[in-house]
Amino acid sequence: MEKLDLVEEQMFCSGHAACPGCIEALSVRHVLAALGPDTVAVVPPSCMAIIAGPQPFSSLRIPVYQPTLEASAASASGLRRALDAQGKHDTQVVVFAGDGGTYDIGFQCLSSAAERNEDFIYVCLDNEGYMNTGAQKSSSTPRYARTGSTPAGKTTRKKNLTEIMAAHGVPYAATATAGYLPDLVRKVQKAKSLRGTRLLTLLIPCLDGWGLPDDGGLRAARFAVESGVFPLYEVSDGRRYTLNHATRVRPVSDYLGLQRRYRHLDAAQIEALQAEVDEGWERLLRRVAASEDELTAAC
Amino acid sequence: MSEAVEETMLLTGNHAVAWAARLARPKVAPGYPITPQTPILEKLTEFAAEGAFDAEIITPESEHSVMAACIAASLAGVRVFTATASQGMLLMHELLHYAAGARAPIVMANVNRTVASPWAFWPDQTDSLAQRDTGWIQFYSESAQESLDTVIQAFRIAERVLVPVMVSHDAFYVSHALEPVRVPAQALVDAFLPPFDPPHRIDPENVESWGNVVSQEMFNRHRRDLGEAMARVPAVALEADREWNRLTGRGWGIVERYRCEDARTVIVTMGSMCGTARDAVDAMREAGQPVGLLKVRLYRPLPVEALRAALAGVPEVLVLDRNYSPGHGGVLHQELRAALYGMEGAPRIRGLLAGVGGVNVSPRRIAEYVRDAADIDAGADSVWMK
Repeated sequence: MEKLDLVEEQMFCSGHAACPGCIEALSVRHVLAALGPDTVAVVPPSCMAIIAGPQPFSSLRIPVYQPTLEASAASASGLRRALDAQGKHDTQVVVFAGDGGTYDIGFQCLSSAAERNEDFIYVCLDNEGYMNTGAQKSSSTPRYARTGSTPAGKTTRKKNLTEIMAAHGVPYAATATAGYLPDLVRKVQKAKSLRGTRLLTLLIPCLDGWGLPDDGGLRAARFAVESGVFPLYEVSDGRRYTLNHATRVRPVSDYLGLQRRYRHLDAAQIEALQAEVDEGWERLLRRVAASEDELTAAC
Repeated sequence: MSEAVEETMLLTGNHAVAWAARLARPKVAPGYPITPQTPILEKLTEFAAEGAFDAEIITPESEHSVMAACIAASLAGVRVFTATASQGMLLMHELLHYAAGARAPIVMANVNRTVASPWAFWPDQTDSLAQRDTGWIQFYSESAQESLDTVIQAFRIAERVLVPVMVSHDAFYVSHALEPVRVPAQALVDAFLPPFDPPHRIDPENVESWGNVVSQEMFNRHRRDLGEAMARVPAVALEADREWNRLTGRGWGIVERYRCEDARTVIVTMGSMCGTARDAVDAMREAGQPVGLLKVRLYRPLPVEALRAALAGVPEVLVLDRNYSPGHGGVLHQELRAALYGMEGAPRIRGLLAGVGGVNVSPRRIAEYVRDAADIDAGADSVWMK
């Protein structure tokens, strides 16, 4: 057990409407603390919109604009340009969107904003499904996971948002999770120090949607990293890869075993998921090695 | 008017709109190309490249994102302009409601074009008329000059009542036809349009939010407030038009009665069809026929009082609709019937679906409609014309 020494600016207030034990509330608290008060947030319909609170209440000490579900990156673009037109270049625009609002319905405008390299931080609060409507599948839901709309388990793979956004050549794309809080905070600070479109994909274990006990969120987040299901890495300018947690110390079955959404899996399915993770891990290592070679060659 | 305060240029309707947008000095101007709107976007980017248009230009992947960016920028407290047409307008539909609900005083030009399917590119007003319940103020323009004047007036109206405005003109007849346009000087427009300074904005120094979930009562109150703002529009639009007239010598009214004195028949229509009907009225008057034109320039809010006053004592009305609402008929026809319902001595109204899909309607054809009106059913249904 270690005590984390985090300097925290109180930007996220108690009294918010998250479920008890919610990892999303914990994550956003630390993201906001790192961003500070000169920030405006764009929050589409999602768990985060509920957590932000109904009128006239707000759990965030910054202005929040809630756009339509599919329009977060376009709205952030409009907000950014209007702030720029008023000379407020230092004000950060941050999006807090769910995976449904990012991988699915909001993806078209996110891709376009990244192509224009619009100057905002996009935080995808990825709980791998439409949890705010009662846990249906999104294109972020992993294979075999049971959801309200895939009662027999999803048959297709999870989309890789971070890789797709990195392929746009954005200045910064990274994965992070509250299970590794200092790493998460460092990445927010790094994103804050850059300009252009910056993406943070945060894995948010959902207690209700994944079938975890109230105190099980952080354990699931740590197991996801330790098994290689959710590698922690950063990509700069779409080319330079850095792996932040370089060893895998658990089999995928440890991670799956924590969650009710995987309880129906047979041995072959578990093996298939292990193979999928192994393949992804090897690919990631090759990219890290390639960018190290490139860096060496450049020196 | 002295030469110093305006310049006459040969412009298409679309370039007249681009000039109006330039003179209004918006700070953010998102846009997406679509026929026949594209020349507006291209002209604005050309102005920006010359350093004559100091707006943040955003070129997203769709009209949907264009309007999303417009709303957020407007709520951040800056003047916003965009333009669209047809499918682009339809793609924006969800966000048109959102913009009006957010009380974002965006000004948008629309080039009226047929709505698919099947695909076509012809003048037809169904695209914008299908947005009548979104909470946007709507103007329909007859000429390039009127489009320029109306876009500038629209900013003043939108920002006074905090309701977005769309200004529509017809594909090609107005959008691409060249005509001499008097372009006012920047100083004149600056005097007419004070800098946009909204009472609320998204600003980290003064924390306010927009879009959070509200209660039933709050939603209800919000819609009533929007209704009250809409109710103020006819007076605000007339004030803006009077002031514009004082500065430029040009006023357009919210409706226009053209040669309606002692008219037995009045043609009611919107957009470029007004120009055609004007010629038809002139020819019929020349032949001694008591026929006039009532042009509807402000369509939302529908200026019911002005329409009733304009048609008081007129026995016969022919509405020409270049749009079609399947199962309902001509939109202006049905709205005018509702507006005049219960009016003492209300005129007999015939609704003619004329020019739907961009079919050409000549002045001679309009004169034939008037001549043969007795043969046209004056019931509730609009009638398809050849």
